[in-house]
Amino acid sequence: MSNWVEACDAGDIDEEDVMRFDHGGRTFAVYRSPDDEYFATDGLCTHEKVHLADGLVMDDIIECPKHNGRFNYKTGAARGAPVCVDLRTYPVKVDAGKVLVRIGW
Amino acid sequence: MTKGMVIIGAGECGGRAALALRELGYDGPVTLVGDEPHLPYERPPLSKDAMVADAPLLKAIASEAVLAERSIRHIHSLQAVAIDRAAHVVRLSDGSVPTYDKLLLATGSVPRKLPMPGLDGRCVYLRTFNDALAIRAHLSAGNRIAIIGGGFIGLELAAAARRLGAAVTVIEAQPRILMRGVPAEIAEIIHQAHEAEGVKILCGEGIAAIADNGAEVRIALAGGHDIVADLAVIGIGAIPVTGLAAEAGLIIDNGIAVDAELRTSDPDIFAAGDCCSFPLAIYGGRRVRLEAWRNAQEQGALAARNMLGAGEAHAAVPWFWSDQYGLTLQIAGLSDEGRSIVRRELGDGAFILFHLAEDGRLVAASGIGPGNAVARDVRLAEMLIAKQAKPAPEALGSQTVKLKSLLAA
Ligand SMILES: Cc1cc2nc3c(=O)[nH]c(=O)nc-3n(C[C@H](O)[C@H](O)[C@H](O)COP(=O)(O)OP(=O)(O)OC[C@H]3O[C@@H](n4cnc5c(N)ncnc54)[C@H](O)[C@@H]3O)c2cc1C
Ligand code: FES
Repeated sequence: MSNWVEACDAGDIDEEDVMRFDHGGRTFAVYRSPDDEYFATDGLCTHEKVHLADGLVMDDIIECPKHNGRFNYKTGAARGAPVCVDLRTYPVKVDAGKVLVRIGW
Repeated sequence: MTKGMVIIGAGECGGRAALALRELGYDGPVTLVGDEPHLPYERPPLSKDAMVADAPLLKAIASEAVLAERSIRHIHSLQAVAIDRAAHVVRLSDGSVPTYDKLLLATGSVPRKLPMPGLDGRCVYLRTFNDALAIRAHLSAGNRIAIIGGGFIGLELAAAARRLGAAVTVIEAQPRILMRGVPAEIAEIIHQAHEAEGVKILCGEGIAAIADNGAEVRIALAGGHDIVADLAVIGIGAIPVTGLAAEAGLIIDNGIAVDAELRTSDPDIFAAGDCCSFPLAIYGGRRVRLEAWRNAQEQGALAARNMLGAGEAHAAVPWFWSDQYGLTLQIAGLSDEGRSIVRRELGDGAFILFHLAEDGRLVAASGIGPGNAVARDVRLAEMLIAKQAKPAPEALGSQTVKLKSLLAA
């Protein structure tokens, strides 16, 4: 069964920005891209488990606040030292002004 | 015939350079030579998390499997002892002689030694994983740790030692801690954090004599009284490892001198990371040497590109961080280039100092705060510094003006 969870209001996140979202003991990062699409990944960096939501979003990259490891938040791909392990991504949809993330089945 | 690429020094920089050569598609032989017995590993955790763990874990930059899969030949526990530049050959301590088309020196730096008699096994330095293991064994509740030098490594270690319940005294010869590169306002916050955690910090204290009898260390302060410790850790700076390069006749200037493309005075030999000094275009070509992790990473990758002929100049803004207790400090740029300071509050006690040059150029940003509170804005400041932007001081100081908007301007 698909499990869409409400993360926030669409307007809660600025364009080209990120927000932390905790659910069920897990932490996620929800992104709004410069072209106004929403995405979600695991919330912690794969280098040292730091919250990515404190990092900087530039185009389709989230940069970790701790040591500037980079990921493409649309695909989860690790994009440069010191990170080498990809982030898990989650489907996102916007419904009636709410950002919904599918974090389970 | 291709002889291949040889990298001397299997630390942050050398390790990254080897990986980068493969990422760039180079398919000739890559040999990474290091005198430590370990895989290339990250040093920053050694004074931070790894020290607080029960058994320090080595955080490798690449596993044995990754090195094997990328056909990177890692020779460990051997030193490079000579370079024959004419023959393009390096001689290693076991007598073997790998040959190179291009050579990268990534020999790093080593702790500056305290030039005093009386030091023995209870007076130690922290640079390597093995150093960390030896120090960790002494960090337990009730043990007395003296830290000579109030620099980053010593202070981070002080924080780790307090977490483990040791009694810690920091002895600093200068009038305040973190004299080099850190604004007084920020050093003061760090000083207070340490005192609140029970660290005793003595500034402006010279050391008259040290007596290390193998069981304890007695440090006689110039001011009069003695500090007795179970272990003294000396952290008074680092010096670049340049001996091999100097003997090969390469130009040394506060490190192995390289040009903006990280090339030494021999066109087939590059140097990068802690061991080299290089010109920084954003500061008018000022020659600097950095002891910073990201620089080692970036220069390792850049050296790899240039060994393959990219001809790219180093343009990154210097960047450094330190973690102590719950506080993180980040510094982008060189604050000593600044003439005036603008402060921006970020909430929760976090703030950033923007350092502006005479002509209004942003030359550095130093931030401190809990967790990663300053990270995003220091990063944006770094981009402004790279652009040599002259943002309005009022905008920098105003919490309501987003730094990202200044970048677009
Ligand atoms: C405890 C500690 C904490 C740190 N914390 C931070 C931090 O929080 N933030 C930050 O920005 N930076 C930090 N640093 C600095 C950072 O780790 C260094 O800038 C970085 O390691 C430099 O990388 P490098 O590869 O140039 O040199 P190194 O990492 O020193 O590697 C050089 C390697 O070359 C080897 N070598 C030298 N000569 C030879 C030879 N002739 N033959 C074979 N091998 C040789 C050395 O043994 C060494 O293994 C810290 C450093 C230490 C020690
Ligand atoms: S914790 Fe994210 S790059 Fe290190």
